[in-house]
Amino acid sequence: MNLNILIAGVGGQGTLLASKILGNYAQLNGQDCKVSEVHGMAQRGGSVVTYVRIANKVYSPLFDKKQADVVLAFEELEALRSAGHIKDGGIIIVNKQNIYPMPCALGAAEYPGNIYEQLSKYNAKIHKIDAIGIATKLNDIRTVNIAMLGFSAAVLNFDKEIFISAIEKSVAKPTLEINLKAFEQGYIQARG
Amino acid sequence: MLQMKKLMLGDHAVAQGAYEAGVKVAAAYPGTPSTEITEYIANFNEVNAEWSVNEKVSMEVGVGAAMAGKRALVAMKHVGLNVAADPLFTFSYTGLNAGLVAVVADDPGMHSSQNEQDSRYYAQSAHVPMLEPADSQEAKDFTMLAYELSEKYDTPVFVRLTTRIAHARSFVEIGERKEVEYPYKQDISKYVMVPANARKRHPAVEERERRLSNDINGDLFGESINKVEYGKAGSNKIGIVCSGAVYQYVKEALPDFAIFKLGMVYPIAFENIREFASKYEKLIVVEELEPFIENALKAKGIECHGKNLTGLQGELSVQKISEAILGHKALPEEHTENIPMRPPVMCAGCTHRGVFYILNKLKLNVVGDIGCYSLGCSPPLNAMHSLICMGASISNAHGMFMAKGKEFSKTNVAVIGDSTFIHSGITSLIDAVYNKSNITVIIMDNRTTGMTGHQNHPGTGLTIKNEPTHTLDLEAICRACGVQNLSVIDPYNLAEVENAIKERIKADGVSVIIAKRPCILLDKSMRHDAVSISDCKKCGICLKIGCPALSRRKDNSVEVDAALCTGCMVCAQTCKSGNIKKENNK
Ligand SMILES: Cc1ncc(C[n+]2csc(CCOP(=O)(O)OP(=O)(O)O)c2C)c(N)n1
Repeated sequence: MNLNILIAGVGGQGTLLASKILGNYAQLNGQDCKVSEVHGMAQRGGSVVTYVRIANKVYSPLFDKKQADVVLAFEELEALRSAGHIKDGGIIIVNKQNIYPMPCALGAAEYPGNIYEQLSKYNAKIHKIDAIGIATKLNDIRTVNIAMLGFSAAVLNFDKEIFISAIEKSVAKPTLEINLKAFEQGYIQARG
Repeated sequence: MLQMKKLMLGDHAVAQGAYEAGVKVAAAYPGTPSTEITEYIANFNEVNAEWSVNEKVSMEVGVGAAMAGKRALVAMKHVGLNVAADPLFTFSYTGLNAGLVAVVADDPGMHSSQNEQDSRYYAQSAHVPMLEPADSQEAKDFTMLAYELSEKYDTPVFVRLTTRIAHARSFVEIGERKEVEYPYKQDISKYVMVPANARKRHPAVEERERRLSNDINGDLFGESINKVEYGKAGSNKIGIVCSGAVYQYVKEALPDFAIFKLGMVYPIAFENIREFASKYEKLIVVEELEPFIENALKAKGIECHGKNLTGLQGELSVQKISEAILGHKALPEEHTENIPMRPPVMCAGCTHRGVFYILNKLKLNVVGDIGCYSLGCSPPLNAMHSLICMGASISNAHGMFMAKGKEFSKTNVAVIGDSTFIHSGITSLIDAVYNKSNITVIIMDNRTTGMTGHQNHPGTGLTIKNEPTHTLDLEAICRACGVQNLSVIDPYNLAEVENAIKERIKADGVSVIIAKRPCILLDKSMRHDAVSISDCKKCGICLKIGCPALSRRKDNSVEVDAALCTGCMVCAQTCKSGNIKKENNK
């Protein structure tokens, strides 16, 4: 498995935990992995991007434009912002959620209405998931990230058992049960 | 094998290394991207860790521990080293008893910083050796090695990180802790740096540096800290010199090239590099920030290229390096239409918001400082007009008063966070009162160090290990500094905020307003039911508070995102028609 994954979202959406789980999944598969995170200022509701690289040997923790096998977007506008990173023939997984950035909230800029039309110009396969719907049904909005991972694990044909072990290794004990539910729901949504 | 390893942040790996090296004392003031080092090491029971009041204090705590005979760790972001420089420069003279390692995290690209300074120059001017790891495993290994170096050469040692090392995860092998202790020995000529003694120590510093500059060309502790990788034979005519995160980019951009990877960036192994350079037609130094290595090599007569190819600004990347050295142009941007920006914003329910809304409304000049409240500079609040460094707001405002007098001062306020005030604002307040200033200061007391991820500080009454301790009383401190006009207000109450500011800017002397309420992310009990808007008149005034829970619909009316809204009711106080209410009327 040789994978560059770009996780794009809005500060506070739990992208960091998602990247850590992917890293632990790589390890359980006996592969090298690097994850590059953003902490600090940007986490206050700004755009955040995390890079996950899985290969037999990884040097740079980052990768450039057109180098991502997968873009995992936690929000539609962020999917569009990061789409330049996708490789030809790559996969873009989008959570069907809109979070208005300040310029749009103020009416100074318009939240694009044609995001999927714009995304379709990229030579990539686009999958939509209603992770926010899953999390809302589970009554825990914080599980959006794990629902996203469940969906992705199915789309990317990851080993389900190993992936669940990676989650067990990465999340706090009291949240394990609900997170595994979110994972399962995401998985089912992709396979269903 | 890989199964035994742990996927760790560079910051955590540094802490793990310090732990295994037997560090007993860890002191720091938070600062991105270094904060997680001290947060992590505080989890170990064997380590006495603390959030210090500022970086100078943390360095002095570390120095004390090292003099006493226990290994110590201090960690800071690059600008923190400016604050900590004073003790460090002289501690370089005295040397130590047990090892002291100072970790400094630079931030090329300024992800979370106010400048792009290059801390390697501190190593040079303080004559302190500096190691630079290139991944998390090296972050741990080099930290452990730094303690050996520190004790062998009788000097503090720097470990330099950059954001892409500090905040990147890679695999690390975990080991066991080894305790280290030396007896405390009094030594007046070594530790009392009056001029007569310092004159004797200065030559010792020079001698130490000469010794290390020589030794680094060979094997230190049986292994070379610097690494040479010869490229595929005859594959090219260029030799590369690099270190840290840049090494990883070079490995990908130029996989077949010969590389001299510096593990120690100060002192530089000139003799080894000279020999390496002699094998190639062209030597290129690839480094972020300043031409530190490049200029040092040139000064030694080693011809090289560097910044003429890569430039001075921001971070490097695989793409930038292959463009600079191989001439491979970046692929053109495709399909990019106008994508609205998503700048960071104050959270929904942020306790800072109301103050900035009123400052904007009153059209005051706001002398700012650093923290979450710095976001008050952005639209629609637009209520911060300068920001230099931590603690600068009060003294900047005082300087403005000194320059322009009392009338100007009545249109001017200084705004500073609680952690920042304790870090370096208190001295400025004393200075202003002492020098008969006429300024208004607002302390944004959200009971935490918000920006860097909610660390405790002396005002929270809790230590880094969450143990209860004395709570610093900010009001009493201000009064003790000589402030007579002081109000403590609730920043959620806009009328109270407005009245306090109007009253205080009119008053003579130094006035302080403490806007006190715990950060909304800290105290879940402060979250209430969301508001809702009925019969919106579309005036848009409520949007002027810049709350991410409010946005305009297509028809110009305002809608509330109930999942984000914390029910702080700040927006409700701006609504002229009183139509913003709690859903359940609670
Ligand atoms: C010398 C220095 N040390 C550390 C930092 C990193 N830093 C920026 S603001 C800040 C603290 C902010 O806390 P506070 O003043 O309480 O404001 P809040 O973020 O809670 O609003 C820190 C640690 C810095 N910029 N400069």
